[in-house]
Amino acid sequence: MTINSKIQGIDYSNRLARRVGDIAPSGIRKFFDLLASMDGVISLGIGEPDYPTPFHIREAAISSIEDGFTMYTSNTGIPELRQELSKHLKTSYNLDYNPDSQVLITVGVSEAMDLAARALLDPGDEVLIPDPCYVSYSACVALAGGIPVMIPTREEDRFEISAEGIEPLISSRTKAILIGYPANPTGTVMPRKKLEDIVNLARRRGLIVISDEIYSRLVYGCEHTCIATLPGAYENTVFLGGFSKEYAMTGWRIGYAVGPSSIIAAMTKIHQYTIMCAPTMSQVGAIEALRNGEKSADEMVADYNRRRLVMVKGLCDIGLSCFKPQGAFYVFPSIKTTGMSSEEFAHALLMEEKVAVVPGNAFGRCGEGYVRCCYATSLKELYEALERMERFLKRRGID
Amino acid sequence: MLNKVLRLLEDDGRLTPEQIATMLGSETAEVKQLISQAEKDGLILKYKAVVNWDKIAEEQVWAIIEVRVTPQMKAGFDAIAERIYQFPEARTVMLVSGTYDLAIIVTARNMHEVASFVTHRLAPIEGVQGTTTHFLLKRYKEDGVVLDDKNKGMRQQVVL
Repeated sequence: MTINSKIQGIDYSNRLARRVGDIAPSGIRKFFDLLASMDGVISLGIGEPDYPTPFHIREAAISSIEDGFTMYTSNTGIPELRQELSKHLKTSYNLDYNPDSQVLITVGVSEAMDLAARALLDPGDEVLIPDPCYVSYSACVALAGGIPVMIPTREEDRFEISAEGIEPLISSRTKAILIGYPANPTGTVMPRKKLEDIVNLARRRGLIVISDEIYSRLVYGCEHTCIATLPGAYENTVFLGGFSKEYAMTGWRIGYAVGPSSIIAAMTKIHQYTIMCAPTMSQVGAIEALRNGEKSADEMVADYNRRRLVMVKGLCDIGLSCFKPQGAFYVFPSIKTTGMSSEEFAHALLMEEKVAVVPGNAFGRCGEGYVRCCYATSLKELYEALERMERFLKRRGID
Repeated sequence: MLNKVLRLLEDDGRLTPEQIATMLGSETAEVKQLISQAEKDGLILKYKAVVNWDKIAEEQVWAIIEVRVTPQMKAGFDAIAERIYQFPEARTVMLVSGTYDLAIIVTARNMHEVASFVTHRLAPIEGVQGTTTHFLLKRYKEDGVVLDDKNKGMRQQVVL
């Protein structure tokens, strides 16, 4: 028991809901606390763009505040934003989502995911989730009373999942499959064919697909496959997206869910009682992003791509093997040759060379033996980080 | 490809051909070849640093001078511009549209030197009708670089 859990002799640990207590605290919390207390660290740890939001988007929000547009919006979001988004999904993917019944604007994809889990799951329902994956997936499912069932993946398969791998994990309690591609932490982009097979399997076994496509625009040399566009997927897919990554709007906390109207209505019910509506000024920013953000988004993606190539080659050159990720802004090199665990490696690298990477096991058991490096940082820092990592590895006889 | 290489070099002239090749997914030899050809063809004129002189105590003044000129037969504005750019004080010489014709950026050690350049060198040139000199008070952004970027290091540590 830690000091924090005891105040004036009261033990709070048995007063907390079991559901919450059962969730292991993020394993890297301590690591990040340590990192925050150090100077001169190059952080490849945080998964967010290093750019500020494009100025025209900031300006749109500023002027809406000046105009006094500061009240609640409609629960599902400003009608203009829903319409704009619906138009965007039509032009990008030829998908039809009715802005009045199939679109919900949320506080980031994080809220959308929580809503989807809560709207779909009864206690004990199982949700299939790739391992490794973004840390929130399992927690969201567990907090909604569900049981996360991990789909193991391997580097040899570029951390892709497959229908054959998933089918044996389906039980009578399996309700949904929660996936996110391009993937955090691996940068994996799923081949279209494999997704088609998974969509078919889901349909055959009556599973809902919750698809987190926050990195949809961050793909390099390939096309993003939007799950809902695949044959037979539209009716069974809750499609989540956001503005944080492609428009560098992480702090605005703005995202969306689109899907079958009954599911969106259920999610809206929770949203209206717990959140009311997404922040008004952020919604205004999102409208501007959809209308005029194309150019700045493209420039950022081109920049990420250059950094990706530098990072992949750099890591391979210094002796860490990694497959070439095709999306998001992460590389996921193997550190197995060092003989260290992911956490040991990350800790030692931080202490000795002041480079922060995230231990792969934070993202699931299959992430052990890997570390996540986010390359959304300046080229200058990336080169410096690579140099420091090279020194670190040389001391251990790796080059 | 050439344009991509030039854009990268324009942003960072110290990038090596190896680094550029990695970023563009091409071969070092090809990049080397493109760069040396661009240097030969006068596409790349010079590599230099963007210096924040405001951080250095050394006295230096900058001025932007607007010059109204009478264009000459045949040569138009070129002949006068060519005379002006011979002076080492003139850092940049441009023909512009609007209420004046040539815009000149001048650097000198002090205001006297600028004044002397304007009165003794520039004004007497035949065809120069008049000048307006603006002394530079503070630079905020230079060649796309914000000199005193207040937004640096605003990223906070967040657990994923």
